[in-house]
Formats: sequence, C-alpha cells, structure tokens
Amino acid sequence: MKTIFAGEIIENVKALCLSAAYNLEKDATDAIKAARAKEESPLGRDTLDQIITNISIARHESMPLCQDTGIAVFFVELGRDCRIDGSLEDAINEGVRQGYSEGYLRKSVCHPLTRKNTNDNTPAIIHVAVTSGDKLKIKIAPKGAGSENMSRLAMLKPAEGVEGVKKFVIDTISIAGGNPCPPIIVGVGIGGNFEKSAILSKKALLRPIGSVNPDNDLARLEDELLKAINALGIGPMGFGGTQTALAVHIESYPCHIASLPVAVNIQCHASRHKEVTF
Amino acid sequence: MTEPIRISPPFTDADVEKLHAGDKVLISGVIYTARDAAHKRLITLLEKGEKLPFDVKGQLIYYVGPTPPRPGQVIGSAGPTTSGRMDAYTPPLLDLGLKGTIGKGLRGKEVIESMKKNKAVYFAAVGGAAALISKCIKKAEVIAYDDLGTEAVRRLEVEDFPAIVVIDSTGRDLFAEGREKYRRAV
Repeated sequence: MKTIFAGEIIENVKALCLSAAYNLEKDATDAIKAARAKEESPLGRDTLDQIITNISIARHESMPLCQDTGIAVFFVELGRDCRIDGSLEDAINEGVRQGYSEGYLRKSVCHPLTRKNTNDNTPAIIHVAVTSGDKLKIKIAPKGAGSENMSRLAMLKPAEGVEGVKKFVIDTISIAGGNPCPPIIVGVGIGGNFEKSAILSKKALLRPIGSVNPDNDLARLEDELLKAINALGIGPMGFGGTQTALAVHIESYPCHIASLPVAVNIQCHASRHKEVTF
Repeated sequence: MTEPIRISPPFTDADVEKLHAGDKVLISGVIYTARDAAHKRLITLLEKGEKLPFDVKGQLIYYVGPTPPRPGQVIGSAGPTTSGRMDAYTPPLLDLGLKGTIGKGLRGKEVIESMKKNKAVYFAAVGGAAALISKCIKKAEVIAYDDLGTEAVRRLEVEDFPAIVVIDSTGRDLFAEGREKYRRAV
C-alpha cells in the first residue's frame, strides 16, 4: 500500500493550475499551426497568427493564454493500492485556491443564483475513478465558459439513429458559430444515460487532439463529422473560413433500449490540459 | 490582407459610417470595460433615471474580465468575452449614444436593429488572444464597481488594439457573409 500525503497533492495541483493557464500543450499548439497552414481565408489566417503569437507570449511571460482561466475540472484515477493521508477533495481544492491566487489567475466561480463570487475559484469539479495498482493520476482540464455555454445534450429517439446523432452534432456547432472561439475541438458522448453522455463528451476532449477512435465505425464517424463541420464555413472566430474544428472525438457507452442520449461538449482553441502521476 | 484602419474614440455618426463589415482596425485612445454584472448595474441605474458612472456618448465598451495584474503590470490577460450575454443590455446604451462595442461572437437581431438606428458598430477581437491584447493596454483604472473585481468598470488607454468590424452601422454582418463565402457542399 502506497501513501500519498495531502501536502504533495496540494503542491502538485497548484503547479498544474499554473502550467495549464500559461503553457498550451504541444498537441493543441501543433493542431492550431496545422490549421493555419490549411486555412483558405486570409482573415482566418490572420486570426490564427494572432492565436499562435499569443501562445508564445503566454509561455514566455508566464501570462494566462486566455483571461478566462476557467472553472477547474479534474479527472482523478485513484489506484486501489494507494492511500491518501488526508482528504483528496480538500487537497485538490486547496491546490486550486493557492494556484489561482498566487498565479494571478482569474477567479471565475460564483453562486449560480446570487452570482456572489467565491473569490478563490473553488470549489473545483472533481471526477474520481478507482483503478487497479498503486498510482494516483490527477488530470486538470480548466474550462472557460465561452465554449462550455455552447455545449448541448439531447435525448434522441432510437429511431433517429446515427443520422439523428450527426444532425444534432452539426446543428450544435452551427448554432454556436463564432461564440466558442473556433477552431474548436468537438467532444461527443453517445449512449449511456443523461449524465453519462455528458461525462463521455467531456472525456472525449481529454484525448490527444486528432487521436483516432480505436473503434472503426466511430473513427469513420469522427472523420465524417469533422469534414461536415469544416464545410459549414464558420472559420476561426466565426469570421468565415475552412478551419472551424481541429478534431472531433467521440466516446460511446451502451444505453437503454428506449434511449439514444447524445452530448456535445465544445472546447475552444485554448485546449488546456495537464496531468501528474504519483 | 488590406492594411488596418487606425481609429480613436470618441466617434461621431460620420466616423462610424466609414467603417464596413470585414475592415481590420487598430484602436487607440480611451475605451471602457464592462461585462455581465456591471451591465446589470448600469441598466438598473438607467431604469431609475440615474446617471451612469461614465458618459457613454461617442464611446466604446469592451466586454472583458481581465486576470489580476502581477506587480508592475498594467493589467493581466484581457481578451474579449462572448458579447451575446450583453445583448439585453445593449440597446438602451446605444440609445444614449454609445458608438460601439468590442467582444466576440454573435449579436442578436435587436442589437443589430438598434445599431442601425443609432449608427453604431460591433467589433470582434480574437478570443483567447488575451496575453497579446494585454500588451496594447497602456493604462487601466477602475472607475466604478470595484467590488465586482474582474467585472468592475475600467477606463483603459489602448494603443493599436487589433479588432475586426463584424457588424457595421448598415447591419452588414461579417459572420453571415464570411460563413456564406466559405460554406462547402459535403
């Protein structure tokens, strides 16, 4: 049995918050550069150039890439042979509190109705899964509201089938237009139930950008949806162009015989993810 | 790309009429910030018949909630937020002479109609380019609602702030035109 102390978790979570805000991961940076090479619209290319310059300024000057440093979302894998000395949830929240304060990040969390800010960006949203082994893996995916607000979920009728799923995904992106800061990554959760489809769509965004689904049918569907979304003409920031999405990632799960849930979680081009393994 | 047009508020109707959807601009001078919570307070003041904390006539409002500055910095990262959330609050400000707004994303029909009626323009800045835009901000001062933190109203002095005219005073909309131009059959 391995023991991990709360203090180690706090320090590491703090570092993840800062690194996520300042240093865009290589997969996202490369995907944006590839989109710049393919974009047909001059204004779209100009927009992507600004985004690429911004990534570099943020990295070199330890400045947040985007002023919306997000609500802190965590996916935690806790090995069953790993013991936490202290509360995992409290330690993560303390790391967020310290990271957002000391790193000059924006505190964007408030009461949903009174709108009173909690002033320390907590509470975080924490998803925990128990796994085999003695490792603890903590992944942060801070999420801005611009793209989160354009995400949608539908409980389709099974009769609508794959065509219904495609239509819902494309309609969601079409309605979103320039709001979610394209070029976007589109996470799609198909199946499960109401909440499972939403979690799947978010997990789909954690995959390396452009990674191909191991299921051949889903891989084909990802490809087909990406082409259809980029044919909409929305382009970088919605100014018109051929590069609306960098990737479409689908995750699926069996569902009830009477249901066909589908969730679309949109990620802006500042696709910020970092992880640490103990 | 064509060269950007250099502009400085305050604007008259004639200044606004020279700007067309798709134009690239560099804004220099004074602009004001406000987003959700500040707009709610501004509109509440108007409903009570009270005076706003700054005169909007001829001015630009930038929809932004910056990150806190580090010691020695003028402002933290400061990219645009989604403008559509301010749609309900925008027409009364345009009626008072506000000449433009800067944000990102779509605007509703009522805002566009009010922009045509009042001769105003909607600019988009590049969402997410917040560290780059921060460099264009030379001075920042909270002038109202300090308690709102990032959502306070700030008076900014900017130099060569890059933006695009998305919706002009005739109602032409780059989002619609650009999308039509690059739409492809699948």
